[in-house]
Amino acid sequence: MAQPAKSEAKQIVDNGIEKGAAGLTEDRIQAVINRVIKGESGARLKVYVDTCVHCGLCSEACHYYLSHDKDPRYSPVAKVKQTLWEMIRRKGRVSVDFMRRAAEIVHTECNLCKRCAMYCPFGIDIAYLMMVVRRIVHLLGMTPQYIQDTAHSHAAVSNQMWVKPDEWPDTLQWQEEEARGEIPTLRIPLEKEGADIMYSVIGPEPKFQAQLIYQAAVIMDVAGVNWTMPATAGWDNSDMAMFTGDNEVMGRIKREHYETAARLRVRRIVMGECGHAFRSVYDVGNRWLGWRIPPIPIIHAIEFYHELLTAGKIRVAKKFKTPVTIHDPCNVVRGGGLHRMARDLAHALCEEVVEMYPNCEHNYCCCAGGGVINCGPPWKNKRIEGNRVKADQLADAKIRGAKVLIAPCHNCHSGLEDINHAYELGLDIKFFGDIIYEVMEKPEA
Amino acid sequence: MHAIYGWVTGPLTWIAFLLFFGGLLYRLVQLLILVRRKEPFIFSYMSLKYSLRSILHWILPFGTVNWRLHPVMTIVTFAFHICLLVAPVFLMAHAILFEEAWGFGWPSLPDVAADWMTLIVIAGAVFFLVRRIVRPEVRFVTSTSDYVLLAVVAAPFVTGFIAYHQLFAYRWMLVAHIVSGQVMLVAIPFTRLVHMLFAPLTRAYTGSEFGGVRHAVDW
Repeated sequence: MAQPAKSEAKQIVDNGIEKGAAGLTEDRIQAVINRVIKGESGARLKVYVDTCVHCGLCSEACHYYLSHDKDPRYSPVAKVKQTLWEMIRRKGRVSVDFMRRAAEIVHTECNLCKRCAMYCPFGIDIAYLMMVVRRIVHLLGMTPQYIQDTAHSHAAVSNQMWVKPDEWPDTLQWQEEEARGEIPTLRIPLEKEGADIMYSVIGPEPKFQAQLIYQAAVIMDVAGVNWTMPATAGWDNSDMAMFTGDNEVMGRIKREHYETAARLRVRRIVMGECGHAFRSVYDVGNRWLGWRIPPIPIIHAIEFYHELLTAGKIRVAKKFKTPVTIHDPCNVVRGGGLHRMARDLAHALCEEVVEMYPNCEHNYCCCAGGGVINCGPPWKNKRIEGNRVKADQLADAKIRGAKVLIAPCHNCHSGLEDINHAYELGLDIKFFGDIIYEVMEKPEA
Repeated sequence: MHAIYGWVTGPLTWIAFLLFFGGLLYRLVQLLILVRRKEPFIFSYMSLKYSLRSILHWILPFGTVNWRLHPVMTIVTFAFHICLLVAPVFLMAHAILFEEAWGFGWPSLPDVAADWMTLIVIAGAVFFLVRRIVRPEVRFVTSTSDYVLLAVVAAPFVTGFIAYHQLFAYRWMLVAHIVSGQVMLVAIPFTRLVHMLFAPLTRAYTGSEFGGVRHAVDW
């Protein structure tokens, strides 16, 4: 492998963490920790901490631990020990340096992928405990700079990428125009009340991956779907506030998203190939707003494409020739059970599917999700070094023939792209949408 | 000596069992109140089917990926926990004591079996101790209290074994056995040994979330 995961003595400086730390006193830290631990948290925190017998059996679940040659500091339980246990033991009286390190651990050494919850014999949800600490870090104002910027963007313009209100419909119309070069009758219907489906995407799509909107529009058009996209805020399903512990902003933008769908009177929200956004609209945002399950059914792209293919609404003209392998994103697989459909889909679209191991619920994380990639350039190398095990797993799939890596999640895509590059794997990373667009029957232009 | 024996088998035993059962009940009620007050949504996600599905996989040796990843640990921990629960409850001496006090008892194990089970518990405790010291990922998260808890659990079995075989200081060993057993019982509700009560509950909740919401397996 190109980069051994061994060079980590250097101190990484993050302006967000440093700026927050500069204004802190131990009194303030103590007040915030106790507000969260005693005030906001409840039974889960207490029981998880009281029940853990410090057995270390969660260790092997974690890609950071495995990638760092089983360095005990990276095991899931060790991250709880270095943060929450100490905070509880010292009744919140911890130093600024301690908080600096805690912020680093919870934001850049854990992807909240919940693989460890499947390895703990007691089913302790360590990702939840990490989120409790992120909440503390947020309230202390020491969230890493880059992800805090995206959270600010959510708060200010209701999308992740500072896309301005006029840029959004403009981008959609631009993509409509582009796609009409291919299918002259194609429309991207905006604000169509009573459509069956509201299609929602994440901020980065209009910002720098507009071709994905083009592809989705072609798929929708060919399949004859009665769909729409909102021209207003509420179109973005992504949510970095969820990962910074800014629950208030998270709840506000989720409400805006659901209310936009309600205003358009659609039956379902279909979302693009994103994992964390799925988690936020399917599992997290609804709970914050008091809904046991989302108020409007949420359909992830994997499920939607599966449906279109099964119903014969899109047909495969010629199967994808190059052998593919499938990466199972944590949020839609461990968080949504879509791995079976992903496989059905891959087999329906491609001639050869090579499994990578471990797979399905046990797949290794991309190391980008959970807001880690959103902590930006200062942490990039650490993130890549922290997932050597993924590179090994991919290299193994490659040896067995895989040339294309399907990753139905934006964060996974970006994270795997970095791994692919750094470890010189030479895989071609694609979305399901890319492949469908390529192999589907399209009307003669 | 008789006075001491009478005292530990009398009032102290009462106190120990009251604290044990009362403590467990207290922890359970306290937990339910806390859930009701702050995280009532937990109740709405609990599912009997998915709870049992998850628990069943995890109480089967090698029933999960992680158990299969650690075969030695799996064998030891299952043997340890089964013997830890079964040996004291079905020990003939305990059943007789109970029958003398209350007039009824229950079938008990042959002494040889109980003896072996005791040795398994002791061996298991030694294994856990060694594992705590030699495995870096376990040592890193180990504190003094972990050793103390291990000692609290092992003590009744060590003293019981010595007393049964009358290896030395029989009477004192018997008293030590009774007292250490009482210490262990009282420790269960108020230390991390409470996992005896809580582990099935955390497992059930995670199982329910994985089954009902996440449509995925958690083993």
